[in-house]
Amino acid sequence: MSILELKNIHKSFGKTKVLKGIDLTLEKGQVLSIIGSSGSGKTTLLRCINLLEIADEGEFLVNGEVIFRAGEKISAKEMQQKQLHFGLVFQDFNLFPQYTVLDNVMLAPKLHAKEEYKKDRKKRKEIFDKIREEAIEILDRVGLKDKIDSYPCELSGGQKQRVSIARALALKPSILFFDEPTSALDPELTGEILKVIRKLASEKTTMVIVTHEIDFAEAVSDKIIFMDDGLIEEEGTPEEVLKSPKSERTRAFLTKLSDQ
Amino acid sequence: MSMLITVTKNLLEGFSTTFEIFGLTLLMALPLGLIISFGSMSRFKVIRWPIRTIIWIIRGTPLMLQLIIFGFGPGFIGIKGVNTFVAAIVAFVINYACYFSEIFRGGIESIPKGQYEAGQVLGLTKTQTFFKVVLMQVVKRIVPPMSNEFLTLVKDTSLANTIMVYEIIWNAKRLANASGILWPLFYSGVFYLAFCGILTLIFGYVEKKLNYYRG
Ligand SMILES: Nc1ncnc2c1ncn2[C@@H]1O[C@H](COP(=O)(O)OP(=O)(O)O)[C@@H](O)[C@H]1O
Ligand SMILES: [Mg+2]
Repeated sequence: MSILELKNIHKSFGKTKVLKGIDLTLEKGQVLSIIGSSGSGKTTLLRCINLLEIADEGEFLVNGEVIFRAGEKISAKEMQQKQLHFGLVFQDFNLFPQYTVLDNVMLAPKLHAKEEYKKDRKKRKEIFDKIREEAIEILDRVGLKDKIDSYPCELSGGQKQRVSIARALALKPSILFFDEPTSALDPELTGEILKVIRKLASEKTTMVIVTHEIDFAEAVSDKIIFMDDGLIEEEGTPEEVLKSPKSERTRAFLTKLSDQ
Repeated sequence: MSMLITVTKNLLEGFSTTFEIFGLTLLMALPLGLIISFGSMSRFKVIRWPIRTIIWIIRGTPLMLQLIIFGFGPGFIGIKGVNTFVAAIVAFVINYACYFSEIFRGGIESIPKGQYEAGQVLGLTKTQTFFKVVLMQVVKRIVPPMSNEFLTLVKDTSLANTIMVYEIIWNAKRLANASGILWPLFYSGVFYLAFCGILTLIFGYVEKKLNYYRG
């Protein structure tokens, strides 16, 4: 069974049709990269899957369980539950400025643990210690162990983005999404992010990455899709899509990118 | 010398009324202002527009006029025995709640949408996102404008004497008239200066405390 299955996702903003029927499947442990020119709907697609936008039509499933079906109302509590299948790393980080790096990572796990320790006050410390231990371990994995007590304003863009990856990982999502994780960064800082994503890929983390870094996408992905005007114009292995694209539009896009 | 003591005693008495107006107004106008700010940001037009209209009226007319209406209005329509102190408090609370609500609204709306979205994708409820993520950032942003409002309120309390609330300036004026001396009026100014000075120090301290992070 596929870990993620999208069926016929449509989304409009007013009269603007942004997604015009997206079908997609992703297997556990795979890395999918989404490429496409600006305005083709890549961000909107990620936002729909992460329930930040409500799609107008279609449905999607995680491990066969329906997460979203257009027109079906779900309670805020269910929504919250379903949200936890996914982690999203934003282009512009969206760290919480008033918390230290460690607290940014621990905030959500601590709040989610509330149910567990509600009845038993003594358990609280035990649980919090464990959350802390795990958060530090995750920050170590993204190379930020020595920054756990810093505030986001004291970090470089690359470090901020790694905190935001750690924050998402702390909730152990089934699928981790990245929306152009390096495009808000200075060129010399993109490398450290790509390195972290590569490491996650080697650990078989299921990921969906919107990116303009074609070489990186080629190296890290099991599958690439090229989006154009709200539709998937082409999909396949990196080899297929990047080396021998069938679609004229894909070819035009790749040529334009390599000219830059 | 005994004159100085008498005047000091009188002014202190007046100042205690001034301080009561100040304290009671804050105590009620701050929470009311937060509620009004939520109303003014409501998704529902039937809530949003009436509230914004009230805010417009209150902020668009003099506080002095509002005091007079609340102080003398009830008498005109036949309601006798309204305590003018209570009337003054009502007028101050409504007036300041509207100003505070605009500060709260400005603060809340200045928080980037991404903060709410980050909360949502981390599975936090709207309430958790507001209290754990947004509120602290709002507080940091509204401290400077709040400090201005607090100082203005200290001085605005003196308007209550137009509806015969015996606050400090009323007492100073009475002393000045009765004894043909001017200095109690200046002296009353010292009370305001001292009070505003203390508030400025407190706000300075709070701002510094909140400066442990930027953003
Ligand atoms: N909230 C919104 N309201 C109106 N239009 C939007 C909104 N979000 C995105 N769009 C429009 O949808 C189109 C696709 O945007 P987006 O998904 O951000 O594309 P991409 O990420 O591929 O650059 C653009 O034309 C954009 O203007
Ligand atoms: Mg985008």
